[in-house]
Amino acid sequence: MISRLANPAQFMRVSGAVLPFLAGLAAVVLAVGLVWALVLAPPDYQQGESVRIMFIHVPAAWMALSVYLLMAVASAVALVWRHPLADVAAQAAAPIGAAFTFVCLATGSLWGRPMWGTWWVWDARLTSVLVLFFLYLGYIALVNAFDDASRGARAGALLAVVGVINLPIIKFSVDWWNTLHQPASVFRLGGPTIYISMLLPLLAMALGFALLFAALWLVRMRTALNERKLRALRLHRMAEPRSRPADAAPPGARPAVH
Amino acid sequence: MAALLDHYFAMGGYAVYVWPAYAIAVAVLGGVAVQSWWRYRASVRALERVQRQLEPKP
Repeated sequence: MISRLANPAQFMRVSGAVLPFLAGLAAVVLAVGLVWALVLAPPDYQQGESVRIMFIHVPAAWMALSVYLLMAVASAVALVWRHPLADVAAQAAAPIGAAFTFVCLATGSLWGRPMWGTWWVWDARLTSVLVLFFLYLGYIALVNAFDDASRGARAGALLAVVGVINLPIIKFSVDWWNTLHQPASVFRLGGPTIYISMLLPLLAMALGFALLFAALWLVRMRTALNERKLRALRLHRMAEPRSRPADAAPPGARPAVH
Repeated sequence: MAALLDHYFAMGGYAVYVWPAYAIAVAVLGGVAVQSWWRYRASVRALERVQRQLEPKP
């Protein structure tokens, strides 16, 4: 599967076919998830209606972590095997991961105010997620900081791989240190402690976020490959201003770009 | 009906926390989606334009 998608042309073909279905599915699942979370799910017996923030806060947190892991794996592949799509994949994922992390922090703050009595506390969980947000921003800044794009990609990939240390710190921060944040209630030994009427809408929203990420990731990867090709074509044209490039596609065989 | 809706939107007194949380999520994720799509469309159009210029004039 991975090796069949290995070259950019093949990737453009397959992703172009998959994208409409992925986007449609994401829209449907998110719509169902939102109605479930905002209307059908019951209020919590202690937290009342404020518990509805959980249905975006928790999936956003899961996405923040998984997207970073994905970005780090793609970066490692880029560093070790120099795969032509790996840097593209990592760089396309970063802004989406940063967005999910921001949503996680903002909704957590809005949930913390009524439940803990504070918008923010500098404890291990909240601080380590804030560090994750800055890792995303630092990665994006670093990738774009070099005139030579390949040097930027390399520096960014190194940062992404080193930053993986932060992921277990986030995951286990609620067990290792005292914190206001509650411990895991879904992914834990012994099974979830959350009631099924709240677990299902939570999983629906998580699936919706994952599908949304997948669709946006493909869109951004396709954009990056289009822009890369555009740069190559323009360079080519500058090099030979008066003659048609020898390797340009024959008339009528314009490569598909949609 | 209006009373029912008022009751719903009040979110048991947590309206000022619940609705902004959902609004931020929609704004941020929707913003990334729109920006991603616009930039994608722009890249497709620019590529089509350059490829048309590279084709020989009939």
